[in-house]
Amino acid sequence: MSTDTTPPPVRESHARAWEGTGWGFAVKLVLMAVVNALGIYVAWSAWDVEQWGVLVGSLALVVVADVVYFSRRPLAGKYIYPGLVFLLVFQVFTMAYTVYVATTNYGTGHNSTQEQAVDALLIQNERPVEGAPTYPLTIVRSGDEVGFAVVDDAGQALVGTAEEPMAPADGATTEADRVTAVPDHDVVDLATLLADPALQEEVLALRVPVSEDADDGSYRTREGTRATVYASSLEWDESARTMTDTTTGTVYSADDGSGRFVAQDGSALTVGWRVGVGLDNFTKAFTNPNYAGPFWKITAWTFAFAFLTVASSFLLGLAIALLFDDKRLRGRRVMRTLFILPYAFPAFLSALLWRGMLNSNPEYGIVNSLFFLGARIEWLTDPWLAKLAILGVNLWLTFPYFFLVCTGAMQSLPGELEEAARIDGASRWRHFRAIQLPLLLISTTPLLIASFAFNFNNFVIVYMLTGGGPRFTDTSAPLGHTDILITMIYQISGVQGGSADYGLASALSIIVFLVVGAVSAFAFRRTRKLEEVL
Amino acid sequence: MAERTTTPVVAPDASRAGARRRRWWAEVGWKYPLAAVVVFYAAFPLAYVLSASLAPSGTLTGSTQLFREVSGQNFAALGDTRFWQWAANSLVIASSVVVGAVLMGAAAAYAFSRFRFTGRRLSLTSLLVVQMFPQMLAFIAIFLLLLTLGEVVPALGLNSKLALICVYLGGALGSNTFLMYGFFNTVPRELDEAAKIDGATHAQIYWTIVLRLVTPILATVALLTFVATFGDFVLARVVLTSEQNWTLAVGMYGWVSDQLNANWGLFAAGAVVAALPVLALFLFLQKYIVGGLTSGSVKG
Repeated sequence: MSTDTTPPPVRESHARAWEGTGWGFAVKLVLMAVVNALGIYVAWSAWDVEQWGVLVGSLALVVVADVVYFSRRPLAGKYIYPGLVFLLVFQVFTMAYTVYVATTNYGTGHNSTQEQAVDALLIQNERPVEGAPTYPLTIVRSGDEVGFAVVDDAGQALVGTAEEPMAPADGATTEADRVTAVPDHDVVDLATLLADPALQEEVLALRVPVSEDADDGSYRTREGTRATVYASSLEWDESARTMTDTTTGTVYSADDGSGRFVAQDGSALTVGWRVGVGLDNFTKAFTNPNYAGPFWKITAWTFAFAFLTVASSFLLGLAIALLFDDKRLRGRRVMRTLFILPYAFPAFLSALLWRGMLNSNPEYGIVNSLFFLGARIEWLTDPWLAKLAILGVNLWLTFPYFFLVCTGAMQSLPGELEEAARIDGASRWRHFRAIQLPLLLISTTPLLIASFAFNFNNFVIVYMLTGGGPRFTDTSAPLGHTDILITMIYQISGVQGGSADYGLASALSIIVFLVVGAVSAFAFRRTRKLEEVL
Repeated sequence: MAERTTTPVVAPDASRAGARRRRWWAEVGWKYPLAAVVVFYAAFPLAYVLSASLAPSGTLTGSTQLFREVSGQNFAALGDTRFWQWAANSLVIASSVVVGAVLMGAAAAYAFSRFRFTGRRLSLTSLLVVQMFPQMLAFIAIFLLLLTLGEVVPALGLNSKLALICVYLGGALGSNTFLMYGFFNTVPRELDEAAKIDGATHAQIYWTIVLRLVTPILATVALLTFVATFGDFVLARVVLTSEQNWTLAVGMYGWVSDQLNANWGLFAAGAVVAALPVLALFLFLQKYIVGGLTSGSVKG
């Protein structure tokens, strides 16, 4: 186009044609400075609270970031690294951590290390020391921290908080036997305390250790004006690793197999610690009478649910796509837009919406009142109907996706094929069976597999529509007829409160992963899609 | 093949028109009533929720008559709840995740598509494996991880929106890279090479040439990410503990699960408000979605 015949300027190598660093470099420098600062800040805080894993992790990430972005060679790394960091921390690490948790007894009563379990037990079993004097109490505050101030038997003013054991406070003023002012602290008067329920709770829960030694007990208060020394009824013998109940004389010894303190008669203390239990969690799912029965039923339903959803919505979507892929039809664009409405409506809203529509009382539920002549059909509370309802709602939600996919795939099929088939005298049906469907399946199989994997874990639809209900009657676990594996995991994990069993829930997660992974791998292999993707 | 060219010797106009109409009905016409049925099936629940949102009663009782009375009081009542706060949370979280996920996914897809480096095949295969493990399955580990992180940096602990965003971004690479990778491969490499010869750096090529050519897949991924984040319940429920941090999915589930009957009008109005932007975006971008879904994952 250009008539200019002068040769294009010859570019020198970057090293010789150095034109300064440019603003791109400046931006990079600023970004890297921020990244380094953040990384070091995190490492520093981790040092403070002694979280060595976080410390090492954050330092490693920052060092690698510097290497990747300041060296010239690993070009691809510059593009992959940011995403990789998030992937490593929030997906790969959590996968590995899931495996670890699955081999422990982590959960309610087994939350932490033995040392912390001992502390927790000592605190939980605190009782007022018999015959201990009570002291007039002054509540003090420094910043957010609330503390106690008392005058001890020797007339000395002591101040302490939950973190700092009671210690003599220099410069405190006392009046009668009550502390009235402490340097660096505000005194909270009774009126303020009574007017602030949150503060009251904090004060009632507060325990100020008598000394660094936990066995000495701590100051506590019941009403905010007087403090009493409480001491634990348990005694911890570190060398023998036993807990002795001083009131009954029972000796509980640490059992590393179960992570609990167990007495001769088999009774155990409420707080244990975390220990590895090997594959116990995996066998528990199959053998514990509370879980085994429901587990098999839920697994079967999960497969049925995922398979039937994919099959039904693919068939419906395909049928609609075939029928309306007709050039003689007018208004196809409008139709398509209207057909995909359910897909565009957020799934969680759909499930909640249908929950209302399927209400069994025909005065409330529009499905019963409009389409079933006001009959009372228990869509969500009958085991079989609830399953049907879930499949029906998911069909409504999913068929537009396959309609879209099939429409797209059909438009990419060459038109000559159809012409050739017609000339050869193939019927419409024959053409579909022998040519269109196989070609469509090649391109849609990966999506069918993905959809199967997605529906295998389709938490929202089940949880929002039926909540897993109706409940099984033969188990005390909070599980029901429409629960699929992922909702089962959620229910028994206890992250929602109630008793938690992280170990068992993680073990189930791994089982689900293996199932989904195996199904996907098998299907990918069958369709030889893997090679083509790569 | 020879086409049949015989024409009927006698063909009265009236019967020919009748035959043609019959044929039209047999081949095309009957699809219109069928389309009406499908449209009814697809759109009826949405019409119903719209009607319920406009009904003045606000409960499920009597909500079975469509558009009997129309009032805006349910929408007004949303203002007395935390709805708008939740909507803002959802928007902030979903848009941040969209931006981050698109940027990171596109960068990774570019690297896999254009550079040949050691461990490339291995990384692609591992990504494929990792993406099969839905993040949702690891929610316990995520919960415990955030518990620990929160001790170190409170902003990344439980009940922090930033932490939730990071968690979602953790899943961004696995689920999007392949969709984008397939599309990036369709952009001719000659373009990059031409630009390279003209002296463009790899960063310039990426930002000014490649990214512009892959806009359709960026739009698809952005939309799919937005919808997925907007509709996520498990992770949002586990991470965000206090009510003012909730997202719409968590908050509106609370309304309906406790007392379906009493909050129905409120829920319906909220559902309309929450769904409209997504719906509009979807219909606006549907062209790209079809293209993206099929071209990204389908290698014919």
